[in-house]
Amino acid sequence: MGAAPSAQWRGDNPTRWAGGLAAGLVLALTLGTLGAVAWRAGFALGLGPADLSAIWFTTWQAALSAALSVALAVPVARALARRRFPGRGALVTLLGAPFILPVIVAVIGLIGVFGRGGILNDALALVGLGPVSVYGWHGVVLAHVFFNLPLAVRLILQGWLSIPAERFRLAASLGAPVGRLLEWPMLRAVAPGAFAVIFLICLTSFAVALTLGGGPRATTVELAIYQAVRFEFDLGRAAVLAMVQFGLCAAAALMVRAAGAPDALGAGLDRVVERFEPGGRRRDAMVVALAALFLMAPLAMIVARGAPGLLDLPAGLWGAALRSIAVALGATALTLVMALALALRGGALARLAMLLPLAASSLVMGTGLFVLLYPVVAPRDAALVVTGLVNATMALPFAARVLVPALAQAEAAYGRLATSLGLVGWARLRWLILPRLRRPLGFAAGLTAALSMGDLGVIALFAGDGEATLPLLMVRLMSAYRMEQAAGVALVLLALSLALFWIFDRGGRVDAAS
Amino acid sequence: MLRLEGLEIRQGDFELRADWALPDGAVCAVMGPSGGGKSTLLAVIAGFLAPTSGRVSWNGHDLTALPPARRPISILFQDNNLFPHLTVERNLALGLDPRGRLDAGSRQRIAEVLDRVGLAGMGARKPAALSGGQQSRAALARALLMDRALVLLDEPFAALGPGLRMEMLDLAREVLSGEGRTLLMVSHAPEDAARIASHIILVHDGVAAAPEAAGPLLADPPQALRSYLGR
Amino acid sequence: MHHRLIAGLALSLAALPAIAQDKTLTVYAPDYFASEWGPGPAIKQAFEARCGCTLHYQTGDLLPRLLLEGERTEADVAIGFDSTEIKKARETGLFAPHGVDTAALTLPIDWDDEVFLPFDWSYLAFVYDNEALEDVPGSFAELVAAPDDLRIAIQDPRSSVSGLSLVLWAEEVFGDEAEAKWTELAPKITTVTPGWSEAYGLFTEGEVDMVLSYTTSPAYHAIAETDDTVSAAIFDEGHYMTIELAAQLKGTDDADLAQQFMDFVVSPDFQSLIPTSNWSYPAALPEAEWPEGFRELDMPEKAIWLPEDEADALRAPAIEAWRQGMSR
Repeated sequence: MGAAPSAQWRGDNPTRWAGGLAAGLVLALTLGTLGAVAWRAGFALGLGPADLSAIWFTTWQAALSAALSVALAVPVARALARRRFPGRGALVTLLGAPFILPVIVAVIGLIGVFGRGGILNDALALVGLGPVSVYGWHGVVLAHVFFNLPLAVRLILQGWLSIPAERFRLAASLGAPVGRLLEWPMLRAVAPGAFAVIFLICLTSFAVALTLGGGPRATTVELAIYQAVRFEFDLGRAAVLAMVQFGLCAAAALMVRAAGAPDALGAGLDRVVERFEPGGRRRDAMVVALAALFLMAPLAMIVARGAPGLLDLPAGLWGAALRSIAVALGATALTLVMALALALRGGALARLAMLLPLAASSLVMGTGLFVLLYPVVAPRDAALVVTGLVNATMALPFAARVLVPALAQAEAAYGRLATSLGLVGWARLRWLILPRLRRPLGFAAGLTAALSMGDLGVIALFAGDGEATLPLLMVRLMSAYRMEQAAGVALVLLALSLALFWIFDRGGRVDAAS
Repeated sequence: MLRLEGLEIRQGDFELRADWALPDGAVCAVMGPSGGGKSTLLAVIAGFLAPTSGRVSWNGHDLTALPPARRPISILFQDNNLFPHLTVERNLALGLDPRGRLDAGSRQRIAEVLDRVGLAGMGARKPAALSGGQQSRAALARALLMDRALVLLDEPFAALGPGLRMEMLDLAREVLSGEGRTLLMVSHAPEDAARIASHIILVHDGVAAAPEAAGPLLADPPQALRSYLGR
Repeated sequence: MHHRLIAGLALSLAALPAIAQDKTLTVYAPDYFASEWGPGPAIKQAFEARCGCTLHYQTGDLLPRLLLEGERTEADVAIGFDSTEIKKARETGLFAPHGVDTAALTLPIDWDDEVFLPFDWSYLAFVYDNEALEDVPGSFAELVAAPDDLRIAIQDPRSSVSGLSLVLWAEEVFGDEAEAKWTELAPKITTVTPGWSEAYGLFTEGEVDMVLSYTTSPAYHAIAETDDTVSAAIFDEGHYMTIELAAQLKGTDDADLAQQFMDFVVSPDFQSLIPTSNWSYPAALPEAEWPEGFRELDMPEKAIWLPEDEADALRAPAIEAWRQGMSR
């Protein structure tokens, strides 16, 4: 009988308390900051036609981007699930790179591949085909698929790996169609959730749409918020738009629940599904190669474009790099503590706190923090701390999704043993949970650190004495005509983000006894 | 003395009642068809599951509201009896003190019990470096170290081969019973019960029957046990 | 003995910030201005040499920050307002008159604003590679009528000052026809970027043939990169001006020092730093004293400039005309 250990015996009051604190902090940083902005500005109800068209565009591009990401991920995940080849592990890791790529850097790579002077058009010209343009709504969708295909592959690959090998053997011994019997039901269970998560992410992404959007038709809600805060100084409108964004995300979140989303974003997809089905080898190889090309080519272009700039890096680079790393590490520590506390606490409040940041606008968060903190602290003194705080919150949903299933697994396997020994509170954390969660903690830390490295965050409001982070250094170089140096800095930023991810992910694996 | 008073467990369609006492020092096998509720009975006694009504008491003290670790009970599960990420010594140390403190005294005691179960010198190993039988020994060693008056065995040796299983049962009886300790073990194999049990509880048709002396019961099984034993 | 030493130390430590505070000028400036590639560092050095004080930049968005901080702001001076922002800035009531004689200004238009003081300016222009582009439009109308394979990057008028100036420029040139002209121009506009630097990056990458920038942009390439291939297309209808301004705060705790800085802004020391660090025309320096490379720049015949009330009234309709015209 698999009766769950009654929660009361886990006696984790300290962790419940910590989880409540974390949830409170997230609520304050998301809804609280929005409230502060609205309170400061007063609500200016009523949205213009431009806002309505932004809402419409935001919604359908997110739906299309999510649908395409999931549809393309299915064959890739299938091929990865059933083939074993040299370098497969490295490929699975590398395929994750776009997800953690700083947007400001990724655009350089995407234009390098898909732009007018990009390698795609060069190749098309060779075979006598006309140039294709990346700019427009399809550019936005392309970028979103680039960023989120890896996530979709991961989620769906997990679904494949969760089918026990014995079932494949059974199906094979019965001569039953594996696709209809095993794979289709799994996809029906996993795909809607993957769609919903990516839909949510695409709803609030805006930096991409900015450069690849092509014109005012490709305006997103997040962009409209950016305009309201930074250019029109219309905080009332920003607050209303932020509310709209929360509303859209709430609708999407209900969809996630209805779809029974896989809450997993797991680490360790090294296993290969055993399949007793001949053929398809060539097709699988082709699918994997195409996906790798699509995801890796822009990275290669970032390297190619950035390499000349490496010879002429600005003097402030290493200081900015250290500052970025410090912010990333601070954000990582905070995210891990919050994610773990929320995962341990569980319940509706924790689930809400894990979801809210996806819907939040970092600009509104920054502005709200400014309104709240200004009476107490000088903004310049708070710059790096606030940046870290906002980055930590924005990365929380991803870190939490890594930890929650791993925690459930650890509790399912060893919870009773721990309870019978009286491991409660910190002792349980120390002897059961932290050691069992080493790998997912490492993965979540790498994810958070890399996401934080590339974020420009709220620096525009809080920047102090010109102490730049790496992305800000890039922006400064670009606004001083130094595009080549900026590309060099972009390459350094890419390398550092990936290195941080690798170190943390690796750290979680080394010496982690099963 | 373990006493179950008007105990009732209901989970959906599932129902189990028990109302009896088990004499101190008994080695008692819990037998009955799968899904009958043998493990559930142990989970309620251990405190992992709250009964729908009734109470569990030990020497007159009501245990029903106590968390598992505060009951005079140690339990060995079907699997996952050792934390794989900790050394054997550390696993055992957690049986002495949930904060995991290890001082010279506790090291000494751990070495002694390891010696008693035949694992002398293996304290520094992680469970993965032990054989299945050795892992069972380590788990027994911890139960010995915890020194609780009632030991529950929820088929911890089921995955071992028959020979090894017998060996472990003998060891369990040898090191654990005695000193007034009571053993309550779920069993599927009548030969296990015949070998070490002094009493048998038959779980059948929603009732965990009162314990009866093993010898007479096995010699002349009632209908329910007979059909379960396939005789 | 020890106690006296420690007490003395503590006293002198406590006194230090007070002394420093008396002699510190806090200047709010946009990020590009204060960065090591902008005019900020040289200006700081030059001003500190004459004032015997410390100039301290705080970088970031000027107006949003001042609006949020209100009267409690630490700023003594704010530098780097765009001419399209000053109406909103003026309405905050945070600023004091600049107290500088504007007769020294060398702008192509008259300037008699008592609060906002220009320190540099430029003309908006479409910049191109003169070795690659053959049919260079000679007027805004020609640009609109150019073949559809011309590729242009512009900035979003809802998020950048250059984009906003562009739609005002179009409104001035085309009036009621602006929306239709945007529709005609739309196929040639490859993309619309949020700010200037993203668009300019597309131009240097060769993604577009022309980019909305300034008549002074070619000076950067000519002077810093000895590259003469970048030119600005000069339009017959005239060019919209962009002016950058400084103002001093009413609430400054050292009005004399702030005034000293405002005076410094129009001095030759400050003005001669502007061209090759902010890549724009100095606002108070005769053309003869401009550095080489600036004097040779192609200059529009006619400056287009809208007073702030007019520009403000035109802002919403101009943006809407752009949005509607571009969306068709």
